Amino acid sequence: MQLSSRDFSNAHRVLKIRGLKVGLTGRPNAAAVLNGIDLDIRAGETHCLVGESGSGKSVTSLAVMGLLPKGALEVQGGAIDVEGFEITTATHSQMRELRARRIAMIFQEPMTALNPVLRVGEQIEEVLNMHTDLSQAEAKKRTLDIMEQVHLPDVERIYKSYPHQLSGGQRQRIMIAMALVLDPHLLIADEPTTALDVTTQLQILKLIAEMQERKGTALLFITHDMGVVAEIADTVSVMQNGRIVEKAPIRELLTDPKEDYTKKLLTAVPNLAPRPARAPASAKEVLEVQDLEMVYGGGGFLKRSGGVTAAQDVSFAIAPGRTLGIVGESGSGKSTVARCIIRLIDPTGGRVNVAGTDISTLSRRQLQPHRKHLQIVFQDPYRSLNPRWTVARSLCEGPINFGTSKAEAMEHAAELMELVDLPRDALKRYPHQFSGGQRQRIAIARAVAMKPDLLIADEAVSALDVSVQAQVLDLLDDVQERFGIAMLFITHDLRVAAQICDEVLVMQKGRVVEHGPAGDVLQNPHDPYTRNLIEAAPGRQWDFANFRALGTSPLNEGAPA
Amino acid sequence: MAELSPSRHSAFQVLTGLFSLPAGARVGAGPMIAAAILVAIVLASLLAPLYVPYDPLAMDSMSRLKPPSEMHLLGTDQYGRDTFSRVMTGGRVSLLIGVGAALVSVVIGLVIGLVAGFFRAADGIIMRIMDSLMAIPAILLAIALVALNGPSLGSVIIAITIPEVPRVVRLVRSVVLSAREEPYVEAAIALGSSMPKILVQHLMPNTLAPLIVQGTYICASAILIEAILSFLGAGVSTEIPTWGNIMAEGRSYFQVKPGLIFWPGLLLSLCILAINLLGDTARDLLDPRMKKREG
Repeated sequence: MQLSSRDFSNAHRVLKIRGLKVGLTGRPNAAAVLNGIDLDIRAGETHCLVGESGSGKSVTSLAVMGLLPKGALEVQGGAIDVEGFEITTATHSQMRELRARRIAMIFQEPMTALNPVLRVGEQIEEVLNMHTDLSQAEAKKRTLDIMEQVHLPDVERIYKSYPHQLSGGQRQRIMIAMALVLDPHLLIADEPTTALDVTTQLQILKLIAEMQERKGTALLFITHDMGVVAEIADTVSVMQNGRIVEKAPIRELLTDPKEDYTKKLLTAVPNLAPRPARAPASAKEVLEVQDLEMVYGGGGFLKRSGGVTAAQDVSFAIAPGRTLGIVGESGSGKSTVARCIIRLIDPTGGRVNVAGTDISTLSRRQLQPHRKHLQIVFQDPYRSLNPRWTVARSLCEGPINFGTSKAEAMEHAAELMELVDLPRDALKRYPHQFSGGQRQRIAIARAVAMKPDLLIADEAVSALDVSVQAQVLDLLDDVQERFGIAMLFITHDLRVAAQICDEVLVMQKGRVVEHGPAGDVLQNPHDPYTRNLIEAAPGRQWDFANFRALGTSPLNEGAPA
Repeated sequence: MAELSPSRHSAFQVLTGLFSLPAGARVGAGPMIAAAILVAIVLASLLAPLYVPYDPLAMDSMSRLKPPSEMHLLGTDQYGRDTFSRVMTGGRVSLLIGVGAALVSVVIGLVIGLVAGFFRAADGIIMRIMDSLMAIPAILLAIALVALNGPSLGSVIIAITIPEVPRVVRLVRSVVLSAREEPYVEAAIALGSSMPKILVQHLMPNTLAPLIVQGTYICASAILIEAILSFLGAGVSTEIPTWGNIMAEGRSYFQVKPGLIFWPGLLLSLCILAINLLGDTARDLLDPRMKKREG
């Protein structure tokens, strides 16, 4: 694939950070949050800051913007120089002048970064009114002009729209327009595409690259996604625990990483080549879904209204020991299908056969004995365990519901803790004392405690750092192998799907557009939507784990490394 | 957070979900004084029979409307009853009504609120009933109830409770509505836990913190309403001294003997002020926005 190999050593230096140290306010002896950061970005250069959560990426960007949270963090040493201007000693009014004119920032969540009660055009114009002496008409002209530049359609209409009337991608375009309207020399983008769907992400990445090229902006891009890094970076800094552990041009970093931590980070990135499909443990299917349909709303009191179809004509089956992945973008109905199967919501049509019984129409009471066949692991590890319960109590809840004695359940819970690689004494602790990955392990243990036939993982690794993600995927694999559980794996991430699924089902707008063995779907997609989805996956032609381009894959057509 | 070790979580904190009070959250001097005043008033009222010099009901026609003296610390009323003994004893009934009304409305409101929040089918009906209850003015209801049943402690507590219950129900329902969407509740459904179990074990603990705060407000307003009702003659029977009816009886002699209204009024105000202040403090401490996220 095409990695950047541009050279910027002659361009002028926009950002220079030397020995930056940031620590907790008023506690100079506590461990530093950032410790000795050195960073240079030159005009036109894209510098990516990568690292896992808590490594200090965002704190670095906030320090550059002079936006460290007051009373919590403070600069304790070092220098931040933006084109000869020292940030660490700047006054408030100097910083205000500097932001927008010299430095601008794009945030992760465009919905919360925009004011919901102001029209988006006015919000862009406000930047101009604050920092320039343009007349009303000139400001509006310039606003429409920058909106054109970020390729928003029908700018006159969007100028008058409120943020909630725009899509996520459009909102992020507005944010970019707002950031770039004064032609800043340094643009900081903090995970700007993380909240977006993969196809939208690709468009936004292209837009940022295009704007940068046109204006010669220096770009500090913060991300946790190695795929995005491979797409856009010129140079990369890898951060860990508040330090930069490795700094290199992109090609050098991806092909020949020096530090162990960088290697670990890269090897954890799953590549898009699908795993070899496994044979089913037995011929009889655990779960059989036929023509599942879910319509929300509808059926008004006096007049029958249409309702929203979240899923339609969804049919599939899973055999023991196999994993079926449902992939799709947000709003495609993949989670709706999962929730219908486990009967957290009641499907409006179709059949769900579990171990030979159709459970889609059973009443709550009739359903009770069938609950133990199906278990689910949710996305957010911080909310999927009751914060007031000890781990032991969470793990025992299910078995006790099905008549296991308390002592027996406790014993089993202790075995489960070992299975998921947590110490036995952790049983007495509360969820907040664990990290996200550990909590997800506990959630898996809780599901496995029921000895289910089918485990549904609803974006179960999406909220985790990539190295933790790999461990949790390994654990799921291990559990599946040991107990022969069938798994329904719901994800938006094709890399994860490739790594764990035997079969893949692609959903779009509530319908199944493609269904087949993972190898076929991911490597020879027939449906144009699937093809789009795969092509939009950032860094898809790079095999991160082996430090080389994916040469053998047919995905690689026409892109020599 | 490293500095918060598990052993420091008291049972109360676990119960109310207060895994961490904000680090360095200190209760200021105001709430401490309020707590001290409240404790003093409560103890003095509870122990009143042990130390008051006279029977609060004993009339003595020889010593009517006496000024404060060594025999009668705060003087006597128009029937010669000792004001000090009456005010101290009267606190018992006032506080009993405050605490009683708070407990009854919180318990009833909690049960109805849990059901309304969790079962969609019941929600619409229950909330409409609650809306109509809210439209009933407490004082009017109390007068009606007393007219029907005669003045008694029970009537007063019921009269105060009925308009308070819908407020509690709304509070509990809103907490349950947001908590039932939490994945851990959905996981419990998937684990086959029964509805009562989910309601009591998963959802109810979320409501305790706001309920404690709401309870203090109800307590304060109940004491006040009782005083108003007694003042209007629609409260507890005049044979039982309460701060309200002591003031009511004293009002005709207000100009000669202001102490008859001043002392019960002072205790009443101090008591309500202290309870409200403690309620505010509890709200600030229990507010999730004050909690730091750990992890």
